Amino acid sequence: MASENHRDPQIVAFCCRHCAYAAADLAGGLRLSYPAAVKVVELPCTGRVDALHLLRAFEEGADGVIVAGCLPGECHYLEGNLRARQRVERMRGLLTEIGLEGERLEMFNLSAAMGTRLAEIANLMTERITALGPNPLGKRRR
Amino acid sequence: MIVGEQKPLAEIKSMLQGVHRVLVAGCGTCVTVCMAGGEKEVGILASALRMATRLDGDGIECDEVTVQRQCEWEYLDPLAERLPHYDAVLSLACGIGVQALAQRFPEAWVLPGLNTTFLGMPPEQGIWEERCQACGQCILDRTGGICPIARCSKQLLNGPCGGSQGGKCEVSDDTPCAWQLIYDRMSALGRLERLLEVQPPKDWSAARHGGPRRIVREDLRLPPDYRAA
Repeated sequence: MASENHRDPQIVAFCCRHCAYAAADLAGGLRLSYPAAVKVVELPCTGRVDALHLLRAFEEGADGVIVAGCLPGECHYLEGNLRARQRVERMRGLLTEIGLEGERLEMFNLSAAMGTRLAEIANLMTERITALGPNPLGKRRR
Repeated sequence: MIVGEQKPLAEIKSMLQGVHRVLVAGCGTCVTVCMAGGEKEVGILASALRMATRLDGDGIECDEVTVQRQCEWEYLDPLAERLPHYDAVLSLACGIGVQALAQRFPEAWVLPGLNTTFLGMPPEQGIWEERCQACGQCILDRTGGICPIARCSKQLLNGPCGGSQGGKCEVSDDTPCAWQLIYDRMSALGRLERLLEVQPPKDWSAARHGGPRRIVREDLRLPPDYRAA
């Protein structure tokens, strides 16, 4: 990761290729800027998101994690996005048990046409994570 | 299958006080399919423990392993070389697996990560229900394939009781009355007359009341020289 500055949070965004990933592309096309803190990981569907992806991200020091999938009812695989949300909710509970704030993890739903919304989400999570402070498990030099 | 449920993280953490290195050991059989103690759950718990204990202090080193079945020596034996490197083994198997580990490796400090809950099945994904109490003397032939020992709150042999209301047990609205289920099924099968036969008291000595149970099959035993120690 480019930045070692402790003021820059690191947020991993697991993005479905059919919506959020394309929306990120659109945000670029629209010349919208969003915080560099958000690092996008492309997935075939948010249904691919596994509890371990989310936990390992935090274990490796991510300050926040976004899961961004299609709008309800618009999943290309019918309900991958709905299942992802169930997993995200469970992991939020586990993060709290672990001693990290559950708010560091959040799922969003959007469409490929919502480039502006993607930039909003990136800003919202960056602000939230900045307010929460760095992940105390962070391995980066602080 | 044997159905289990993971203990709360706080309880597991308190069991691990004073432990620096732990091997989280999953089982690839019953607890894998009830999603409580298989390879996936081992990964999740180990990751959660590493994080939680680092947040609390120095952190515990958590390694992961999952064997096909913790309740058979042959699957446990490959762990022999690894175990001396750990202060404790946190088993995500049922109580049988935990005890098998403890018996096979007398030097190992073996801890349970699950509560072994019941013998049951998932009637739908994400829900598990009790179906058998291993009473040692099956009566399903007389009850239309529905077990009143496991599924009637009172274990009645001649039900239902007065607590059966609207097909539900008075104990909980989530619990169907087993005797209602039995009546409905026998009725659908045209075998209601079978229920007129009054069942005598059950011989509970075949169940836990007779003490720990054991089965010996002489035809399957190995010659004395080949038997496990």
